[in-house]
Amino acid sequence: MSDKPLTEKIPRYCKGTGMMAPTDSPIVHIACRGISPFIFLIGLYVFFHGHYSPGGGFQGGVLMAATILLLRLSLGTGLSQVVMPASITLRLSAVGVLIFAGTGVITMIFGGDFLDYHFLPLPWLDPAYLRYYGILLIEVGVVLTVMTTLIAIYDDLLGY
Amino acid sequence: MKTLQYFLLLAFLGILVGTVIHLPPRGDIDSPVHQTVNPAGTLVAGTYYIQHAYKDTKTPNMVVAVLADYRAYDTLGEVVIVFVGGIACFFILNLRRRKP
Amino acid sequence: MHWLIEFILFFILVVTALTALNVRNLLAAVVAMNVFSFMAAIIMVSLGAVDVAFVEAVAGAGVIGVYSVVAIRLTSRKSQD
Repeated sequence: MSDKPLTEKIPRYCKGTGMMAPTDSPIVHIACRGISPFIFLIGLYVFFHGHYSPGGGFQGGVLMAATILLLRLSLGTGLSQVVMPASITLRLSAVGVLIFAGTGVITMIFGGDFLDYHFLPLPWLDPAYLRYYGILLIEVGVVLTVMTTLIAIYDDLLGY
Repeated sequence: MKTLQYFLLLAFLGILVGTVIHLPPRGDIDSPVHQTVNPAGTLVAGTYYIQHAYKDTKTPNMVVAVLADYRAYDTLGEVVIVFVGGIACFFILNLRRRKP
Repeated sequence: MHWLIEFILFFILVVTALTALNVRNLLAAVVAMNVFSFMAAIIMVSLGAVDVAFVEAVAGAGVIGVYSVVAIRLTSRKSQD
């Protein structure tokens, strides 16, 4: 097996792209690609179930970033660009901050204070549930910012 | 130099231990932070959150209610700090690479 | 028995902190720092602060380790002092 040329060892999904993974062990590739969607699912659960159990935006965002970092470590930065391209990470991070601050500005436009969810323009809901969905809205901003910023710092460290 | 570091660590440990042994024991009902009314006669802030958090926001997890509703300014500052950290890493690490 | 478990956790905490300060191999120092973060997270669970422990376990023991390993790969693996 070891006298094969190096091009034979490149995995099938790398061929024709000119990119190589840091390791050619199929065990590492298949294990990391197989387990990362489930960790992402746990991150989504932690985020959306944060109203009822320990969790919330920051923890869920770091868990989702950890799945992408696992793919970056195992497959290499070049191959895992398919999952989350390095060019959109900081832009998505800015969008997250914009969602958070935009919620506050919307409540200011509709007559309340900054980040006072009682004045969100959803008149068919109870005031308590307005605050419930306001919390969910700003947690979306927190998740987007934390997840993409952690990936962006990793990409900047390796120079992508 | 190494011994100086350990003496500094020991001095810091002494300060910490001297502070901690004067704190009330953990879970003490009579300690001032666990009272409903503080010595000045007004309501403690934690009491208000415990009594009103579920009624105000319908969120059983009180920590999220405090973080994202009552203290949303602080969370906004936290998110902005994370974003500014990412921006700073982007500029500093790419500046060194573009120079030569 | 409760204090005994916490005593063991605090002992591992101090030992891993001193290990991370003293060891020459920086990769071993990163692993010791990860163990430190995880023990801190378990102590926070035993204090009743589950949310803080969650952040500590995910960020301190997970992502910071990845960043430190990448930084070591970019510079050198041995400590100079």
